[in-house]
Amino acid sequence: MKLTIPQQELVYSGNAACQGCAGLLAMRYCLKALGDKTIVVVPACCWTVLSGAFPATAFNVPMFHTAFETAASCACGVKAALRMQGKDDINVLAWAGDGGTFDIGIQALSGAAERNDDFIYVCYDNEAYMNTGIQRSSSTPYGAATSTTPSNMFKNEYKKDIDSILAAHNIPYMATASVAYPEDLIKKVQTANSIRGLKFIHIIAPCPPGWRYPSEKTIALSRLAVLTAVFPLYEVKDGKYTVRKTGDKKPVAEYIKHQGRFRHLKKEEIEYIQAETDKRFELLLKKEQLL
Amino acid sequence: MKLVITGNHAAAYAAKLCRPHVISAYPITPQTEVVEKLACMVADGELKSDFIKVESEHSAMAACIGASAAGSRSFTATSSQGLALMHEMLFWAANSRLPIVMINVNRAMAPPWTVWADQTDSLAQRDTGWMQFYCEDNQEILDTVIQAYKIAEKVSLPAMISLDAFFLSHTSEAVDVPPQADVDRFLPEFNPEYKLDINNPRAFGGLVTAEWYYEFRYKIHQAMQDAKREINTVGKEYAKSFGRKYSLIEPYKADDADFLFAASGSMVSVVRDAVDKLRKAQKKAGLIKMRTFRPFPKEELIKLVPGAKNLCVLDRNISLGNEGIFFTEIKAALANIKAKPMIYGFTAGLGGREVSVNDVMNIAKSIETHKAAEFNFYGLKK
Amino acid sequence: MKRQKRHIKPSKRFKSHKDLPPMSVSSVPTSVNKTGGWRVLTPVIDYDKCISCMICWKFCPEICITAEDKPKIILEYCKGCGICAFECPKKAIKMIEAKG
Repeated sequence: MKLTIPQQELVYSGNAACQGCAGLLAMRYCLKALGDKTIVVVPACCWTVLSGAFPATAFNVPMFHTAFETAASCACGVKAALRMQGKDDINVLAWAGDGGTFDIGIQALSGAAERNDDFIYVCYDNEAYMNTGIQRSSSTPYGAATSTTPSNMFKNEYKKDIDSILAAHNIPYMATASVAYPEDLIKKVQTANSIRGLKFIHIIAPCPPGWRYPSEKTIALSRLAVLTAVFPLYEVKDGKYTVRKTGDKKPVAEYIKHQGRFRHLKKEEIEYIQAETDKRFELLLKKEQLL
Repeated sequence: MKLVITGNHAAAYAAKLCRPHVISAYPITPQTEVVEKLACMVADGELKSDFIKVESEHSAMAACIGASAAGSRSFTATSSQGLALMHEMLFWAANSRLPIVMINVNRAMAPPWTVWADQTDSLAQRDTGWMQFYCEDNQEILDTVIQAYKIAEKVSLPAMISLDAFFLSHTSEAVDVPPQADVDRFLPEFNPEYKLDINNPRAFGGLVTAEWYYEFRYKIHQAMQDAKREINTVGKEYAKSFGRKYSLIEPYKADDADFLFAASGSMVSVVRDAVDKLRKAQKKAGLIKMRTFRPFPKEELIKLVPGAKNLCVLDRNISLGNEGIFFTEIKAALANIKAKPMIYGFTAGLGGREVSVNDVMNIAKSIETHKAAEFNFYGLKK
Repeated sequence: MKRQKRHIKPSKRFKSHKDLPPMSVSSVPTSVNKTGGWRVLTPVIDYDKCISCMICWKFCPEICITAEDKPKIILEYCKGCGICAFECPKKAIKMIEAKG
């Protein structure tokens, strides 16, 4: 038996996550990467609830529940305090969903990025306000049905490019990751942890109830998101782009067909998604060549 | 060391003496000099603190919360719109039982745009669980910040110290700034029992159902009751260390008064002068300085008023749809006691309008001559 | 480093407000909750097919597969998501209709 990722577990079983939750896996991997000298700050999101009700906790590290829009602002306060106490070696992890990152939390995140505050910010992205019942966020992909964008009024805007927004802040490290590639995810978190400043990691986190697929396919969809270039894996380190090549791109239809949230899409809408995906991936490859 | 400094600078010196590890603040007139002075002190190496230049007041309070939760003393300052923006996080700080101290410069709420004195901003935060102090002069600002940390860290509740815009924030007065060593002796290092600690991994703020939420609220209520005692205890300790005594509520010539004023903030010094003038004119006037709004000094107030015939409450604020806020709270506190004065409320000075000694004398006269209603808007341009 | 390992049922822990900490502070691990009761389908490993690649351990969101040559599923917690069965390269895990 050979383990390709660290063995230590810092999340407890018995938590309230849905079956097949990628957000749970993402935390499991991130804490493996960071170890037990880590303090986590969690704003309102699925992790608020799945981590258990008082007096139980799913965390085997100290953590602080904070208000929805304050993951980054609370984390920067924690880090400042630790630094002043001479405990600068303790990792601070801000852990937010897409709602708390792309929408309501973007101001605090932008502030922390501009100040280059020293902590890791992870966005586990299930592409909607899942905790409150699958409402649309600016991270929801074009074409998806959510409870506020039903299938006959599906989300008409393309997914907000949060990665470019963060890269434009010139932070020292930004990376995308997927729970289907845990070795890659863990390596990226460890790379982030070796750098001072604001590090942003964006993890695609399929959600069985929200994306409407059987829970067994969570890893398969996390993989297909990468292989279709809908969610390409790349890093921006000191402004230099590195894109992970995954062979021939699979058609987006292969990714879309498993998900009930896209079930209503017509052929031309899927073709539009394919065209946009190709365009954005080409742009990303150009950035890799240019920068 | 006596310095002639503005209220804002007095606040900055006080914060510096308390050695906060983390300061996170956002500028807003008329608070700006508090944070500018602190920034200089940090830059000059006089103050070892991490000054986080946050991008909004909401983030300022969030950062203070994170820092305090991690076990560090933290400080911020704001005013009106900024305080209103922080509203959500004020609850978060108090419910988390974090002893954050904040300076608020009382400024009127917009629109229309205004920067001048009005207490509605802080009084509107009444129910957030923060202790609230109102300062009469710049010396009191400095003294109260130092005491507030001691009280807050004792009862594990945050404290807001308010001072009137421009009347105090930008007006210079002589302030005795104590030596650092004396303050260090008075205020030991912050060392909370509950904090984010890798040696004791706990989760703070996890979901609580109806099973226990009520009891958690009761504990904060209890802490506020404890605060009443602590404010007086610390006030006496402060007198021992620095020669100036403070208490929950401060009477002036109130013992034998048959006409009592109740006032807060910078207006208190005007009312003091009016009381002296009335006494010279053989009228038995007195003043109750409302130093704390939360916890509300109900028991102390009840002890002070029975002998008076009239109690006139002055409010530089208004709760729209009702009356002056101190007026309402004072009436409520006295509701069930048998021997009490006739209570009048006067809202005056909103948006920075001056309330002079003459104005206070006119108010007293209107009550004496039975021309005053129970609640009045003083000095309205009719 | 000291780790808290108490397994006490949460609701019996406190009797009055006096027993409560000043704020909501949680230190009881969620492992007191046996989420195995959520399951509809139960995974079963065929050890003849298992090659100890540990992919099932790696991808289990509930952390209820042991990291050993013959990985065991901790049925107390397994929610029956089926990821292990779906990802197993040797199809050594079957999801069966039983509570297990």
